[in-house]
Parts: sequence; structure tokens; C-alpha cells
Amino acid sequence: MERPSLRRQIYDRGLRALLYLCGLLTCALLAFLICYVFYRGMGGISWELLTTQRSFIRNTNGILPNILNTLYLILLAMAVVLPLGVGAAIYLTEYAAHRRLVSLIEFAAETLTGIPSILFGLVGMLFFVQLLGFGYGVLAGGLTLVVMILPTIIRTTQESLKTVPQSYREGALGLGAGKWRMVRTVVLPNAVDGIVTGCILAVGRIVGESAALLFTAGMGGMLNSLWEALNASSGALSVALYVYVNEYADVETALSIAAILMTITLLINLAAGAAGRHWKGGKA
Amino acid sequence: MTDPILRTRGLSLWYGTHQALKSVSLDMPEHQVTALIGPSGCGKSTFLKTLDRMNELVPNVRVEGEALYRGRSIFDPQVDVTWLRRQVGMVFQKPNPFPMSIYDNIAYGPRTHGVRNREKLDAIVEGALTGAAIWDEVKDRLKKSALSLSGGQQQRICIARALAVRPDVLLMDEATSALDPISTSKIEDLITELKRDYTIVIVTHNMQQATRISDRCAFFLQGELVEHGETTKLFSMPEDKRTEDYITGRFG
Repeated sequence: MERPSLRRQIYDRGLRALLYLCGLLTCALLAFLICYVFYRGMGGISWELLTTQRSFIRNTNGILPNILNTLYLILLAMAVVLPLGVGAAIYLTEYAAHRRLVSLIEFAAETLTGIPSILFGLVGMLFFVQLLGFGYGVLAGGLTLVVMILPTIIRTTQESLKTVPQSYREGALGLGAGKWRMVRTVVLPNAVDGIVTGCILAVGRIVGESAALLFTAGMGGMLNSLWEALNASSGALSVALYVYVNEYADVETALSIAAILMTITLLINLAAGAAGRHWKGGKA
Repeated sequence: MTDPILRTRGLSLWYGTHQALKSVSLDMPEHQVTALIGPSGCGKSTFLKTLDRMNELVPNVRVEGEALYRGRSIFDPQVDVTWLRRQVGMVFQKPNPFPMSIYDNIAYGPRTHGVRNREKLDAIVEGALTGAAIWDEVKDRLKKSALSLSGGQQQRICIARALAVRPDVLLMDEATSALDPISTSKIEDLITELKRDYTIVIVTHNMQQATRISDRCAFFLQGELVEHGETTKLFSMPEDKRTEDYITGRFG
């Protein structure tokens, strides 16, 4: 075998160095961000911060209401979006016969996933908050989130349904099963992994969302039950971060919130990976 | 010859604009094995899948002509397709057990049709597995996943699964083509056994298999039913030149 020419060798090495540099830079950026946020933020995380609300009278500075609001939003949004999204995906992949209509809907869903979330916030405010008169609160915010993540849930569920071998469907139908029985007993159980992963990613997106919630769920920091929060201005964690910087000029607490958000995101990503592996593993 | 249990008259089928079956008229008598032979793409699988309306899963499919099961039109809108598929079972080319336990695989059909009683189900499962000559191999691991079995065992599980709904007819679409010779011969023996209780229609690529197991044989070519009749006669004195060319291996 001939040795590559000198020019070729220099070219190869140069290119490799460049690629290493790109990789290194990516990791360095991430490491810097994580380290910086945790370094500045961890110190401020205290029992008081996690279990009280911000109050001048009691002289406490806490974000419990925001943690709860985020939880409420997740609960409400997922409770609505899960049946809706999975149902729509089942319809599109298993029932719909009109191919052109299906591809049109799929195209629309694809496009919706790319729309900046502030747009959902604006439309959510005009529609849910004002037109339907829900006011600021978890109800308007949660429903806005539903609109925002519905396409994601539909797409991930659809992809997951498509991985179920056609031979399972034929097997079930060949035994005289009706379509719904086939979907329920053979298709859905084998698509669960993708649906669960899609849900976890959706929860991750809710936790990190602020733009769509500013105008819809509001910025309130009062301690409310879920029932009260539906129609009361309720700032989620990510919105609280904005409020702390912008309204209270309290960057330290904002960084603590950032550290908490980052931890949650990390946990959610780990959970998504683990769930995917668990369900995949359980299949065989 | 007894009365045909399945019968088609002038059956034509199109996938979009492509005509896959050209006016096929064939009788499939009770308690006999009818083999459908012919080169790839000749329409024999399409014909088989029309008999339990599995072709409806394909978009843009269009059927003309008649297909009768015990004198009732298969395409009659009055006929419930789930009822039809219960009478006319199907075993597919590639073993396709569900990713469930062996027991749940066999019980799937009966449960679909409303059998809930545990003892009844147990009896059906044992009967079906015995019928498919695999009971002894799996009786100690009914709770194990069906996917843990070998290909040949999986195919017999699929046959047992089809038997569990007590069909009248069993359609087999190249049911042994994905299997090794030993599994193939087991399933061939099984088919010969099953024909006492069931009517069997089998698609096969393997001419020796057709001569070994079938009573009657139908030769398809490019969507056309060229010749059909008793297997021994078709293989010894084919009437059509094309049949002769095919069975003597001049093309295929």
C-alpha cells in the first residue's frame, strides 16, 4: 500500500484537529454553563426557599408557590394532552383512510412544533384569557401548553405506532379481532415506550417554558391550591426566574431557581432515557 | 369429491391500476389440501388473502367477481368480516406471534370472541397446542414469551393460535418458506393431520411440498389461473404447456 502524500496527511490532521476543537468547545460551553449556574446558585438554595412563599410581613423569600404552579401546569396540561394527542395519533396512523388529509395534518403538526413559543403565549392570552374569559391562571396557561405540545405528542406517538410490525396487526385481524381490539391489545402495548418517552420530553418542555406562560398563567407568587390556581395569576418556576431578575433585581435567587430548573431538566432527561430502555427491554 | 367449501367465480383484483388476478374460478373442497403454486408475483398470495379479506388492508384495492364461503358471498356487505376471519383462519409466511406469553398468544382469539372462563381457556389452549403438535415442547413454559421460541416452534404457535378460534378453513401463506428443513417436515406432517378436521389452502413455492401434501393443485401465472386439478394428475400429465414448463423447472 502506498503512503498517502504529505499534503494529504497535513489535510487529514488539520481536519481532525478542527473537529476535535468543535467537540471540545461544545462540551466546554455546557460545562461552563452548568458549573457557573450551580456555583452561583447552589448557595442560595435553602429549606426556606423551597418551602415558603415570598412575604414581606413574615420576612421570608421562597418559591414554593412557583414549584407548585409548575406542578399544576404539568398535571393539567398532561391530563388533557395525553388522551388528545395519543387519540389523534391512533386515528391518523390506524384509522384515517384519506392519505392526503393525513399528510396535510402531519405537515401542520410538523410546522406547529417549530413555532416560537411566545406566539402560543400571545394567542393563548387573546383566546383563553380574554375571549373565553379564563383570566390569568393555570387553566389558561395549561391549555396554552396543551396547544403547544400537542403536535409533539402526536408526532412521537405516531412514530412509535409506526414501529409496531405490520405482522402483529395482520395476526390480530386474521384471528377475527376488530380494529379497536387490535389497537388496544397489540398495537398500543408495543408503542408504549415511545409514548412514555414523548410524554417525559413534553414534561421537560413544560418545566422549561416561560414565554408561553408569561401572558397566560401570569406571574403571581401566591400559595394556592390547584383549584384556586386555575383562575389566579400563577407564575411557574421559569417565569419566577424572570420575575426575580426583572422585578426584584434579585439575581442570586434567580440563579438558585436556575440551578433547580437545571437539576429537574437533567433528571427528566435521565428519566426519559431510562424509561425508553425499560420499555424496550420489557418487550422482548 | 365433496362440495366445495370455498369457491370463486370470475374473481379479479386490482391494486390501483395493476391487475393482480384475472377472472379466477376455483373450487376448494372440504377436508382437502389445495395447494396454490406459481412463480413470484403470480397472484397466488393475493388470491389467498382475498379469501379472508385481508387484502382490504391494502389501500386502493378493488375486487370484481364472486367468492363464496359455504355458499355465502364473502364480499357481501352483510357479512361481518370478523365473523368471516373466525371461520377462515390465516397462517402467515413469517411466524408472527405476538410479543406475549405462549398462553396469551393462543388465548388471544378465544378472548377476542368472548371466552373469559379460565378453565375453558385452559382447555382451548391445550387443545390448540396439541392440535399443532407443539404441546409437549411448551407445556412447561406457557408463561414464557412466545418470542423466545425457535422459528419453527413460533410457526406452530401461530398455527395453534389460528386453531384456537376453531376455524373451518385454514389458509397458509408459504407457511414453511422461512423455516429449516426439520421444522418444515414437522409442519408438513401437521398439515396432513389437520386436514381431517379442517380444509386447508396453502400457497407454496416448493413443488415437492405441493406433491407431498396437497390433494389438489392450482397453477397461477401472472394473475391467471392456468390449470387446476388433482395434484397427482397435474404433476404427471399437465394439460397446459406453461404448467409443464413450470413444474419441470424451465422457469420460476
